Amino acid sequence: MKFSSKLVGASFALIMGIGTVGNSAECIAPANPGGGWDFTCRAIGKIMYDIGAVDEPIKVTNMAGGGGGLAYGHVVNERSDDGELIVAASSATATRLAQNAYAGMTSDQVSFLGAIGADPGVLVVAADSPYMNLMDLLNAVMNDPTSVTFAGGSATGGFDHLKVLMALGEVGYDDVLSVKYVGLDGGGDAITQTIGGHTQAMTGDISEVVGFLKSGDVRVVAVFTDERIPGFEDIPTAKEQGVDLVAVNWRGLYVPKGISDEDYNKWADALAKVAASDEWAKAMADNGLAPFTKVGDDFQEYLAGVIADVQKLSKEIGVIQ
Amino acid sequence: MDLLANLSQGFAVALTWSTLLLAVSGCFAGTIIGSLPGLGPSNGVAILIPLAFSLGLDATEVLVLMTSVYYGAMYGGRISSILLNIPGDEPALMTTLDGYPMAKQGRAADALVLSGVSSFVGAFLATIGLMLLAPLLANVAYLFGPSEYFALYLLAFCTLGGLASKNQIKAALASAVGLGIAMIGLDNQTGLPRLTFGELALMDGVDFLVAIVGLFAVSEIFIFIESHGKNTAIGVKLDKITIPVKDIVNSGFTMLRGTLIGFFAGILPGAGASLGSFLAYMGEKTVAKDGDTFGTGNPKGVAAPEAGNNAAAGGALVPMLTLGVPGSGTTAVLLAVLLTLNITPGPLLFEERPEVVWGLIASLLIANVVLLIMNVPLVRLFVKVLSVPPHVLLPGIAMVAFGGIYSLSGSSHDLVLMIIFGLVGYFCRKLGVPTVPIILGILLGNNMEDNLRRAMIISGGDWTYLFSSGIAIGLWVAAIGGFVAPLFLRNLLKKPKPKI
Repeated sequence: MKFSSKLVGASFALIMGIGTVGNSAECIAPANPGGGWDFTCRAIGKIMYDIGAVDEPIKVTNMAGGGGGLAYGHVVNERSDDGELIVAASSATATRLAQNAYAGMTSDQVSFLGAIGADPGVLVVAADSPYMNLMDLLNAVMNDPTSVTFAGGSATGGFDHLKVLMALGEVGYDDVLSVKYVGLDGGGDAITQTIGGHTQAMTGDISEVVGFLKSGDVRVVAVFTDERIPGFEDIPTAKEQGVDLVAVNWRGLYVPKGISDEDYNKWADALAKVAASDEWAKAMADNGLAPFTKVGDDFQEYLAGVIADVQKLSKEIGVIQ
Repeated sequence: MDLLANLSQGFAVALTWSTLLLAVSGCFAGTIIGSLPGLGPSNGVAILIPLAFSLGLDATEVLVLMTSVYYGAMYGGRISSILLNIPGDEPALMTTLDGYPMAKQGRAADALVLSGVSSFVGAFLATIGLMLLAPLLANVAYLFGPSEYFALYLLAFCTLGGLASKNQIKAALASAVGLGIAMIGLDNQTGLPRLTFGELALMDGVDFLVAIVGLFAVSEIFIFIESHGKNTAIGVKLDKITIPVKDIVNSGFTMLRGTLIGFFAGILPGAGASLGSFLAYMGEKTVAKDGDTFGTGNPKGVAAPEAGNNAAAGGALVPMLTLGVPGSGTTAVLLAVLLTLNITPGPLLFEERPEVVWGLIASLLIANVVLLIMNVPLVRLFVKVLSVPPHVLLPGIAMVAFGGIYSLSGSSHDLVLMIIFGLVGYFCRKLGVPTVPIILGILLGNNMEDNLRRAMIISGGDWTYLFSSGIAIGLWVAAIGGFVAPLFLRNLLKKPKPKI
């Protein structure tokens, strides 16, 4: 396996010449068809070709396993100098890297390219909940942490859990172990449990709650973005309620570490072009994503900050040593 | 009437030549996919996603194709269960228990026709239920929290004891092994990996399909190789194909009970088709007068789980459409397809996109009729499989098993794991340890543990929370009164036990 893919990589380099985003580049979606990573590859790959940022259609490969870890290992170990490869990533990739969940592999073993869209994080309560705004909810936790259980669609220590702890940290509450959180199988499950009254609040992404918001079953007490989201202007941000936290589930790409600067810049340019296109604006609107464009150095800086935060919190809750 | 107007609108959307063609080809492809070990409804649907989009189909057409494949695969799963004793997918597991013994007695065709009719009854009634009650039933999902789900899984677990009437110690051992396997992977409540030995490939846990194909299909191949083809389970007698009217009539109520249980399991997002067919089988075994002959080729043991798993497939669409919560792997894929089509399932879907919902319901009804018509004559074709000599058939099965499992995640790790399961299955057979409880342990263990842990987090470790609602208490009473107590009573009475 190792030998043959190196051979293929080498012949690729020979045939194509280094530094051109040319024939049949590949996008790896580290999950099965249908998920967020699959969407990232298919949508970005298609738009890159449609707007002429690349010359040939981009081939999408699904490589599920280890929560993205199998694909990460594949890129690090076997494709580390493949200039024709991009890989879908999201907040979950960064969180898992920060928590050593990829069998000890670290975030500096690939080059993060950029994020061009994000699913904003939200805190949600049932429509009949006594908590009217973010501070009501956070105060309730501070007064009696056993009175509120948060439900989220990811495991303990996942980004949904950490968002709650970060928000509480912003208001000076750092007894992270006392905060009750249950991980369910996806955001839909978490919101059902919250509407059913089994848990008091749901932490997730806005795309997961849109249907329930429109039907009036839930109240979004805060969205974790800089500004209110277009289309949801009546949802207050955490910032305007005095909790200075931006937490979004970004959608983006990484590339292998060992590619030339020229290749890296080619992909960064292509990604920036997609971010600026009307096609991407439409794809974002259709999928409940808000604009969130950070490409190249800007993105790597942002990521380093997020990873440091996640690592610190994860140590406190005992997910990592 | 509103409902009829809606439905006729749905049929107007779904009844065009192109959608009918899609329904027929989807049903056919689904049946084949379902009957191949390793390929189940969820990867069947997933494989077709790129195809559907590259064909440029519109939303309704994509849905018609996907649901036809889904239902087709649910029908098809029974075929290899009955003919080869290898479940085509996980909900078809229970059908092996009586379907294969029936085939061995030369009643393969009867079992296929009966299970086809049961599938139709289950799926058709479930679709009607979906149509009439979906928005109402969505509320049931709100009633089930961790303590209720825990009690439900406990109920299922208690019935395991009744599954093995031959050697309960071995069955208990097998389910314990299954429970252990269920623990593998990232623990949801602490975020820490368990029993993964640092292997990234084990982080997501063990896929049921890998375990099923390994334990059933691969172990069969090992046995075949060892005995030079003499000692294989495959190769059953063939009889003339007739419609088993008597069995169908006798199983009428069985099908209805199976449908009810399956549908209910389906509408609970935390339960699903496998639990539905399991509970339908165990429930019927308890209720039926001839329940003690279950496992020896009782037609009711075929009718109940097949009605149950197909009803659950329909039921699972209720939370998927009304809450956006997938109750099974397949509905999770369907949900992703809907989202890609810019349709957001949720409480308002029925009001906002009636053409999608009613088009879907109409296409489900169409798919069911197509499947019934298609399946009964096709039985003739399917039973021909049995006239293929095992030394030709088994390599084919091996090929399909490897291909199917590889298509799950495209990773060779799953193949290695499947072979390991094959070895486990081989030794289990040699030692007379039943393999079905292993699968059920994996299937039930995960959810039972997760819900217990969630309940304990919510209550802060207070056990009484597990009995805090009427539903939970009812399920506890049913579990203990219905299944655990009789187990002890039976031993006291020393009734002679039937042989499997």
